[in-house]
Parts: sequence; structure tokens; C-alpha cells
Amino acid sequence: MDCRLVVAQTNPRLGDLGANLEEHLRHVDAVVGSADLILFPELSLTGYFLRDQVEEVALRLDDARLRPLLERSQRISIAFGFAERSPEGRVYNSLAFLEDGRVLGVHRKVHLVTYGLFEEGRDFAAGESFSIVESRHGRFGPLICEDLWHAPSAYTHFLNDADALLVASASPARGVETPGPGLASQRTWNILLSASALLYRTWVAYASRVGWEDGIGFGGGSRILDPYANPRATVEGLESGLAQARVDSATLRRARSEVPLRRDEKPWILATELARHVPLLAALRAEHALQHE
Amino acid sequence: MSELDIQPELVAELLVSFLREEVASAGLGRTVLGLSGGIDSAVVAALCARAFGPENVLSVLLPYRLSNPESERDARAVGEQLGLPMRRVDISPMADGYLAAQGVDDARRRGNVLARCRMTVLYDLSVEWRGLVVGTSNKSEILLGYSTQWGDGAHALNPLGDLYKHQVYELARHLGLPEGVIEKPPSADLFEGQTDEAELGFRYADADRLLQRMVDRRYSEDELVAAGFERDFVRAIAARLVANQFKRVTPVIAKLSRRSIGHDFRYLRDWKR
Repeated sequence: MDCRLVVAQTNPRLGDLGANLEEHLRHVDAVVGSADLILFPELSLTGYFLRDQVEEVALRLDDARLRPLLERSQRISIAFGFAERSPEGRVYNSLAFLEDGRVLGVHRKVHLVTYGLFEEGRDFAAGESFSIVESRHGRFGPLICEDLWHAPSAYTHFLNDADALLVASASPARGVETPGPGLASQRTWNILLSASALLYRTWVAYASRVGWEDGIGFGGGSRILDPYANPRATVEGLESGLAQARVDSATLRRARSEVPLRRDEKPWILATELARHVPLLAALRAEHALQHE
Repeated sequence: MSELDIQPELVAELLVSFLREEVASAGLGRTVLGLSGGIDSAVVAALCARAFGPENVLSVLLPYRLSNPESERDARAVGEQLGLPMRRVDISPMADGYLAAQGVDDARRRGNVLARCRMTVLYDLSVEWRGLVVGTSNKSEILLGYSTQWGDGAHALNPLGDLYKHQVYELARHLGLPEGVIEKPPSADLFEGQTDEAELGFRYADADRLLQRMVDRRYSEDELVAAGFERDFVRAIAARLVANQFKRVTPVIAKLSRRSIGHDFRYLRDWKR
């Protein structure tokens, strides 16, 4: 892997596909030729608190409106967030990965947030898997926001030898008390992203949004971390902007030689535990045991 | 130092950005607000001046004939310090046109009428000025229900609604507002000698500490008592919180159809296509 990666921190207009698409193209055109992959935030094409607008802005992957992005993906890989209408008609909170003029992969958010100020479970269908995107620029593990808060999400990408986690987010800004500095929500994210880089010895790219939707602000903090959790590029402040870093295999190799966490991981221990905790697995295991008595 | 302390610079930055985006989202670039001479409206005026430039913030003085003259003096000091265009509308004729004619002398009813007269003026001027009415209610007042529904509680945007009174003070100092405005006892100035704390029967400092634990941190009654609050005080505040919920919601619509406004017809104000 040797990838010039850009994270775009944007401020989508709620429900305005046309304006947001323009904004995507503007950023893509600004870095084409000098970058290999650009990552946009969660629901970057639609805005976040869609509620009933979900149905109105949902797009199928073959929608003609995505053509300008597909065309540009001949020259630069593009990962962006949108409301995806599946062939079955369900709507997912998805991250599409475009490359060489085609859809190389789609991650459907597995862990929809439905608590506190969030209502995703009301508006979206939940994804069911974590799959690596095998790009010409590396093995990428796409995740959407809350996915990263559930340890098995990034762990699955870790087991499958991801070179980099691509985390798209729309995280509401909150927590302004002292001592700071800055937003508590953003500090928490930085801890989580850093821990992920260290635990999985991987590059981590985080594209998060800014702006306001009905009084809820978004905290930004987009960044690219190396496998030692050093920030290699960050978008400063609560403004739109781009940050770019070179994400390479050599650094991964060195980090993983130094601390070979994946080599020494013992997933079968987890498998045994899971069999006790997940009823279906437990049942299968019991049946298996009976058959082999 | 207090658990309530905020990072005022960060809060000011967020609120200026909030005001700019939400006003722009309504297709406007200007705001209008009532300047009472108190700390809340002074803070909102200063934030609006930063967000839009002082020339785009119409400050309106809305005295009643029984208002404390110091209120108007302090309001002018704020408006002048910030360089805001100022309008003075004496609400006495419109208020008395109703109050005197109907013989209303109950202090609470009179107070509510004055607050609603001020709202009427601000909403009318918002059309002439082509600006959004910005509210000045803080989180302490809103939670305690210390406001008039459709009076001071009526506005398009509210930058202070998630800040306790203590935090408004911190923000006021950061924004460099006149000490006289910051130091004087909070008052709705709806009748002579009125102060918030005398009327409420407790100090904002105590209510803020309690509300933050009760609301923000979800402490139970027993946990609050264990943390040092009097049980009676906890219960009194909890009762106020519940009793005033009606002021914090939009009008309740009876659901009859398949899809009803407010129930399952749900869009943000910032709805765009």
C-alpha cells in the first residue's frame, strides 16, 4: 500500500443532494492528481438529521446522479456517505467506495444509533457485516461513526488484515465545560481513534463533518493517524477543509514488526466465548457436540 | 471553580457559528432582539454583534411606564458599547389599552401581558428589519419555567438555551460586557422591586448546581441528597421541572390521520430540497 489519502471535512446542506454533490466534486477536483483516495464524512451527500427526508433523498447505487462521482473515480478513489436504497427497497446509512469508474464496495452502517438525540434506528435499516474493500491503493476497512464504538467492528477488519480503517462520522459537538481544552466529544473521539490505531496497529483515517442542523453542531476533528497513533494530518477548527497524508505499507510493516499484535492474536478464544454468549452459536455448538459424541 | 464552569472562548465560537448558520438557513443575515438591561439579552446582543456585525443587529428597548429606569439606562449602555442600532418602543399605551380597560391588577397576569406585548413588537419589527427574533432565555429559566409562554419564551433561535445562569455570567465576563449589567441582581422587571431570586425563593447558584446534576447527569433523588442537597429543595425543583414542561413543547395536536404534524410528519426546521 502506498496511498496519498485525503480526509474531507465538509458541511453538507440538509437534504440538498444537488448542492452537496457539487461540493463533493469541488473537493475531488481540487485534489485529483495529487491524491489517490478521498474520504468524506457520514451521510456527506445528504446531511445527517434527515428524519422523514430519508425516503426522499435515498439513492440506488445505479442512480444517474452518482455518475459524475463515478466518472471522477477513474482518476481518484472516492468514499462518501449517503442514504442508500437497496434493490429490496430498504434504506441504509452507507459509505460507498468508488474506484476505476465502478462501485468497489459499500459499507452499510451496522450500529445505528438510537438513544439520546439519535433516531437512526427509526429511519434506517441496519447493515449486517464488515467487509474489507480491496482497493488498488490498499486494504481498507470502512466504518461509520458508532460502528467504531463497538469493539468487534474494527476487530473484524483487524482479523482481515486491513491496512487502514476508514471512519466516516457525523458526531454532534458537545461538552464545553472546563478544563477542556476543546469539546469533550472531540477529545473522546481522539482517544477512541488513537486507541484503535494502537490496538489494531493500523492507519486510521477519520472524516467528520461540521456545521449546524436545527441547533445541533457537528464537531469536526478530521484526521489521519499512523499505526503509532501520531496524527499525520488534521483539519483544524470547526470549519470545512481537507487534510492529506501519505499512508504506506512500510510504516505498517515496521509498526507490526515492533509489536506483532495481529500475529499473536488468538481469535479462537473469542470464538469459544461467543459460543457461550450468543444463543444460536451455543445451539450450533451443542448440536455439533452431540453429533460427535 | 465550579463543576458548571465552561470554556467561554469555545462557547462563544460555537454560538457565533450557530447564529450565522441558522440565520442564513432562514435566508436572512440580520437579527432583532429586546435589550432589557439584564445580562442575558446583553450576552445575546454581543454574540449577534460578533456574528453579523453590530449594524445588522437591531436592539429594541421596550420600557413600560412602571419599569425601573435603571433597566433602560443599562440597556442603552450595552447597545452603545456594542454599537447596535437602537429603537425605543414604549409599550405602556398598548399594554394599558388592555390592562386598564379590563381592570387587570394581578401581578402575574400583568407581567405576562407585558412580556407578550414585547413579543408582539419584536415580531412586528422583525418584518420591517428583515431579521430573525433571537431569544435570550437561559437553561436555568427554561427548566424552572421562569418565563412567559409566547412572551419572552417566543423566538426563532436561542443561543443561551443550553447555558445555566452561572455559565451566562462566565460568558458575559469573557465578552467584556459592562460590570453594572453583570453585577446587578437578575430581574424580569415586570413589577417594581421584582428580582428573580426573591420570586423563585432560591438562588440561581444553588438551582444551577442541582439542575446540572439532576438533568445533565441524571442523578436520582437519593443520589442528589447523598451529594449534599436538601431533600425538600430537590423535590421542589423536580416539581417545577415537571410542572413547566408545557412551556417547553410545541402545541399538542390530536392525531387523527395517517400522518400527523409533530407525531409522524417529522422534518427539521432546516429542511431543504
